[in-house]
Amino acid sequence: MALSMSPSAIHHVQRHLQSRGKGVGIRLGVKTTGCSGLSYVLEFVDTIAPEDEVFAQEGFSLIVDPKSLVYLDGTELGFVKEGLNEGFQFNNPNVKNECGCGESFHI
Amino acid sequence: MALLQISEPGQSPAPHTRKLAVGIDLGTTNSLVATLRSGTAETLNDAADSALLPSVVQYAGDGGVVVGDQAKLNAAGDPLNTISSVKRLMGRGIGDIKSLGSQLPYSISAGDNGVPLINTCAGAKSAVEISAEILRVLAQRAQAALGGKLEGCVITVPAYFDDAQRQATKDAARLADLNVLRLLNEPTAAAVAYGLDRAEEGVIAVYDLGGGTFDISILHLSRGVFEVLATGGDSALGGDDFDHAIANWLIQAANLGEDLTPQIQRQLLDMARASKEALTLQDSVLVQFGNFSAELTRAQLETLIDPLIEKTLHACKRTLRDAGLKTASIDNVILVGGSTRMPRVRHKVQELFNREPLVNIDPDKVVALGAAIQADILVGNKSSDSLLLLDVIPLSLGLETMGGLVEKIIDRNTTIPVAKAQEFTTFKDGQTAMALHVVQGERDLVKDCRSLARFELRNIPPMVAGAAHIRVTFQVDADGLLSVSAQEESSGVRSTIVVKPSYGLDDSTITNMLLDSFANAKMDTQERALREQQVEAERVIEALANALEQDGEQLLSPGEFAALNQGLQQLREMHNGTDSEAIKLAIEQLAALSENFAAQRMNAAIGKALAGQSLSDFDPS
Repeated sequence: MALSMSPSAIHHVQRHLQSRGKGVGIRLGVKTTGCSGLSYVLEFVDTIAPEDEVFAQEGFSLIVDPKSLVYLDGTELGFVKEGLNEGFQFNNPNVKNECGCGESFHI
Repeated sequence: MALLQISEPGQSPAPHTRKLAVGIDLGTTNSLVATLRSGTAETLNDAADSALLPSVVQYAGDGGVVVGDQAKLNAAGDPLNTISSVKRLMGRGIGDIKSLGSQLPYSISAGDNGVPLINTCAGAKSAVEISAEILRVLAQRAQAALGGKLEGCVITVPAYFDDAQRQATKDAARLADLNVLRLLNEPTAAAVAYGLDRAEEGVIAVYDLGGGTFDISILHLSRGVFEVLATGGDSALGGDDFDHAIANWLIQAANLGEDLTPQIQRQLLDMARASKEALTLQDSVLVQFGNFSAELTRAQLETLIDPLIEKTLHACKRTLRDAGLKTASIDNVILVGGSTRMPRVRHKVQELFNREPLVNIDPDKVVALGAAIQADILVGNKSSDSLLLLDVIPLSLGLETMGGLVEKIIDRNTTIPVAKAQEFTTFKDGQTAMALHVVQGERDLVKDCRSLARFELRNIPPMVAGAAHIRVTFQVDADGLLSVSAQEESSGVRSTIVVKPSYGLDDSTITNMLLDSFANAKMDTQERALREQQVEAERVIEALANALEQDGEQLLSPGEFAALNQGLQQLREMHNGTDSEAIKLAIEQLAALSENFAAQRMNAAIGKALAGQSLSDFDPS
């Protein structure tokens, strides 16, 4: 079971953590809402829970809870620019289909 | 495909619920838009990765509108249809514009309500419409960058903007189809960007030297409320003047003479600007023009621009004095505006305040970034325990009362939103209507304040003077805009006005209003005392004359009747004089003289009420 990040995603997380001034890393997760069943969680982390899985990155931790990891195994967190828009994107090989906007998905 | 941002712990939004909100710095020279991405405030840049949108609008012959860099380039070729610095005209009347006169190269005519219109090939355009074009471009940029429709925005305005100028800014946003969450004072936004709003208390000086304007604001922060203690500045001093100073040096040094074509002048100014910017990092720069070439050192530059910087420092000292503060009581100094990148400016400001200014946020962007932080909280992306910033009203709001006096309803520096009510009454017997005159300012007399609106409350049931209860409510919403309502309590008749600010305020009035109120405090007090006595005298005259006419001859001996009439006549003659003490004395004398008459009237009234009644009619319980 593994998660990874693209170099530009790492760079942007480092930048945001620095400007936020606190936090040990970011959490990737999955919750059951949305028009297509599941949606992604992407949050700053101040304290790591005992059950969390931790993947070390350059200068911060990539954190995921064990239940979410089942859905996210093999996912790469990327950072993309589309025209003027920019943001993070989950490249998740487990996804069967997602809603048109990509904010929620189905396995 | 929606791209994700990092949320605070536990606050990941459900799909499709993240609300998009931006902060907009609608500037005189340049405008910007910013938002919060993954908790970091960032400007949203155009396709060429430039954050600054020049606040220049060109109406093209084919009906199209060009905004920004391209319009700025076209300005020289199409001066009548290319409008810059339109912010200076926001909320102003045609009279104010005439006083700006020669500075404006446009053809201007008066529209409805004295709103000035600029005649372009696309028709006559108001400042509000032109600003809306700038906002529209920023909104489009933001929607492209955020991938969705904007829920709302916070737009910044100078701290000294009055109601009319704020309303005009809101109108422009509405025209651009933007939902304004709040208007925020520019210096307050800068303080928010630096996170100073998280402090418990503090005094902050914001030194804002832009392209064409200089503003200094002194803010006091106390538990999340920013109060503007004083503002000052120079609306015609900025980085452009530095460029002119350097260009003039170049003209003299290269012996270029005085008859220069606009093209050459433009080239010289561009070169001056480039040299100025180069000297921020280097100690000297080579200036070349035609066959002329010379070295411009930082020391030389400083001699050229020091007189201009000195002017800003003078304004700072004056503003500090207005705020009643010494430099030692300033906790933080923030630098805003591109011109504060110049090392000389930083050095001089540091010297004046004896304190290192905050400079680590880009001075061009800091206001927009602060606005973005506020917008994110106001739109509801942050948990409710996040501090909600409050603003205050800059000038007191009040109502005209008898004698041309101002009754302040909401005091200056009250936090908004706020609603306050006060009761008023009628002055004459049987009065059925009341004119309400809403004014803004710190002075005691209406003539020294700014008139905002007039309206009438009609159909008041006829009553004796002083019997009607008329409740007047002043309500200021979160943007500092005012609505006033008046209601007569017994009948419920009601009248309301939303203040459509009367355009037409001359420049000096806004800036000097506060100063005047301090300078004239003593005179105002005397004047108020006099007017109050005059009004009291009129009231006494009115009441006594009515009473004498009703039953004076029946109740009084001819001698008493004549004496009272004579006293009344005396008061009538002197009540328009200027000696408030004398009027007061005359009122007291007349009151003493009429004491007996008043007692007799009372007896007669009771006698009349009791006549024909038997004791059993009075219920002892």
